Amino acid sequence: MTPLVEVRDLAVHFPIYRGVIFERVAGHVKAVDGVDLTIARGQTYGLVGESGCGKSTLGRAILQLAPVTSGSVIFDGTDLTTLSPERLRMTRRRMQMIFQDPMSSLDPRQNVESILAEGLAAHGIGASRADRREIISRTLDSVGLPQWALSRYPHEFSGGQRQRIGIARALVLGPDLIVADEPVSALDVSIQAQVLNLLDELQENLGLTYLVIAHDLAVVRHIADTVGVMYLGTIVEEAASDDLYAQPLHPYTRALMSAVPVPDPVVEDRRERILLAGDLPSPANPPAGCRFHTRCPWVQPTRCRDERPPLVEQRPGHRVACHWVDDIESGRLRPREVDAQLVRPEADVQVPAGPEAIVLP
Amino acid sequence: MARQSGSIAASVSERGAHRAERRGSALLDVADLSVTFAHRGAPTVHAVDGVSFTVDEGEVVGLVGESGCGKSVTSLAIMGLLPRRGVQVSGRAVFDGRDLLTLSDDEMRDIRGRDIAMIFQDPLSSLNPIVPIGVQVAEVLIRHRKLDRAEARRESAELLDRVGIPDPQRRLREYPHQLSGGMRQRALIAMAVACRPRLLIADEPTTALDVTIQAQILELLKSLVRESGTALIMITHDLGVVAGMCDTINVLYAGRVVETASRRPLFAEPRHPYTVGLLGSIPRLDGAREDKLRPIPGSVRDVLPWPDGCAFAPRCDRRVDACVGEPPAMTAAPGGRAYRCVNPVLAVTTPPAALAKEQP
Repeated sequence: MTPLVEVRDLAVHFPIYRGVIFERVAGHVKAVDGVDLTIARGQTYGLVGESGCGKSTLGRAILQLAPVTSGSVIFDGTDLTTLSPERLRMTRRRMQMIFQDPMSSLDPRQNVESILAEGLAAHGIGASRADRREIISRTLDSVGLPQWALSRYPHEFSGGQRQRIGIARALVLGPDLIVADEPVSALDVSIQAQVLNLLDELQENLGLTYLVIAHDLAVVRHIADTVGVMYLGTIVEEAASDDLYAQPLHPYTRALMSAVPVPDPVVEDRRERILLAGDLPSPANPPAGCRFHTRCPWVQPTRCRDERPPLVEQRPGHRVACHWVDDIESGRLRPREVDAQLVRPEADVQVPAGPEAIVLP
Repeated sequence: MARQSGSIAASVSERGAHRAERRGSALLDVADLSVTFAHRGAPTVHAVDGVSFTVDEGEVVGLVGESGCGKSVTSLAIMGLLPRRGVQVSGRAVFDGRDLLTLSDDEMRDIRGRDIAMIFQDPLSSLNPIVPIGVQVAEVLIRHRKLDRAEARRESAELLDRVGIPDPQRRLREYPHQLSGGMRQRALIAMAVACRPRLLIADEPTTALDVTIQAQILELLKSLVRESGTALIMITHDLGVVAGMCDTINVLYAGRVVETASRRPLFAEPRHPYTVGLLGSIPRLDGAREDKLRPIPGSVRDVLPWPDGCAFAPRCDRRVDACVGEPPAMTAAPGGRAYRCVNPVLAVTTPPAALAKEQP
């Protein structure tokens, strides 16, 4: 069976403009820079990474909601990047999105019925109002909302219920693919678990395919079959969820996993922590060579700084982008202390020279 | 990361002597603290309702709970940072022999920043955007330690260095927007520890940060606490964070402490059904993936008014008739733990993964 989604060498570069009258392009933010990934039908692909690594942009680019610079997205055999706008609009019924913040992604002045009916009307599903109502009430049941919710407005619901409305809006069109961008990060822990279980159930019952984007590794591990770890616009490691967590190979994945706090003091006290120095470099001015070399505790004098490592299949189904992965795994290379490099919030902005002597009150 | 300097080492031994002398009484003793918000035309809200806990010198105490459980309001009440209008604070918060809730504004200003300091969640909104970092750090030193400008500036650079900010001399002249989120949080920590406070209150210090930066900041807080013997109140919603650093943990629900225990017993054998529910809802990095999460049904909004019973009763799977009669009292249990439940979980409910690891 062919995979549902195939992304080939996808790049999304946002231009940075300078100047007021003579506007010119001063550079590009390479939010996504050469990503290959495949999502099999009925499976969940999890994307993890820190803020600014391009995971949300990648998710949006797959749905053609962000401008694709180059590369292709093949959805069920058709290349979305070359579709005409009308054909693309028609295809959108089959790929829906769940957003992070349910409050800001629901129109406060529309009641739940009208929120859910809008998509049906746009795609001409359901012959009559009664038909649509039937579809909508079935969807409400499947996300665990009561029927009286139809006439209510988003502010009348709690955070978890609002996220259920968001999920219902995605489901009502009967999609094949759902891209969930941080679906639970705005929710409290006890509510998070309810929504994660709901997503699980829906996948089992409806055979959905998910792309789940999250910063929380534990959430992604719980829900995803395959996990891709992103760093500065590229995937640095990809493996089946269990393999990745049992044996992370890329230095960044190792550091990321050791940084996640585990709610168990016994485990916490014994864990070996790999502390990364400094911050994520700016994607407008990414480091040359391996993009992780500025923070990597295993960085080597050769290759790391000038040669970009390709994503290579290290074991069956386990791809890693690191020159020294064998040596690190065998323990021949030991991690070292790295000095933190200062990263500016906007790296390309010139720092204005401060006053020479600071004035104190 | 944080470099140890001579002055810190000296202050550690000073504190050691101080601690030995005052052994027995707690550094901060919060008893029956209640905060009520009353606005005309709006229903009265009991944000905090009879919260009691103690913090010993050098102890790390966690206040854990979901949004709306009153953990932040508790810390603001202790610091005297709640607005006067429409807010009623009652109870006691005795710090070093003085009740913080009865002090005048002037007395409180002397204590705040010098003896008790606070770190907030969002470093960008708690730093002044139009004042250089150096001036903001030095301000504390000039106000409380009466240093002159040159000394304050030198000391500020040392502080920034101590919290792991590279090239501190230059950073002093920069503005908050020129620093990344992690660096801003470090600057805020530098301001908080500038006067070597005896109590530090950290309100969700890492919630706005990425996980690798969170690990850096937690490590920094741990080492500061270890080196200087400062007591720390860690306010968070993340059970993983408290598992790694707190000595004692207070779990809050709807404005009340529902369970108090030291860290290992709390995670190994939670007694209150809410604690059990919280632990069951967290997806774990080290557990089996096939394990279904066991969420708590309903939401925090399903709250019974307190006088009628336990606030957690509507969501609780161990509810009995006694739950809806009277609010349950705090029951003390062996090992210094206590819980507020009439039908506590007594069977061993340790997750299998943790049990297996506990065996040597």
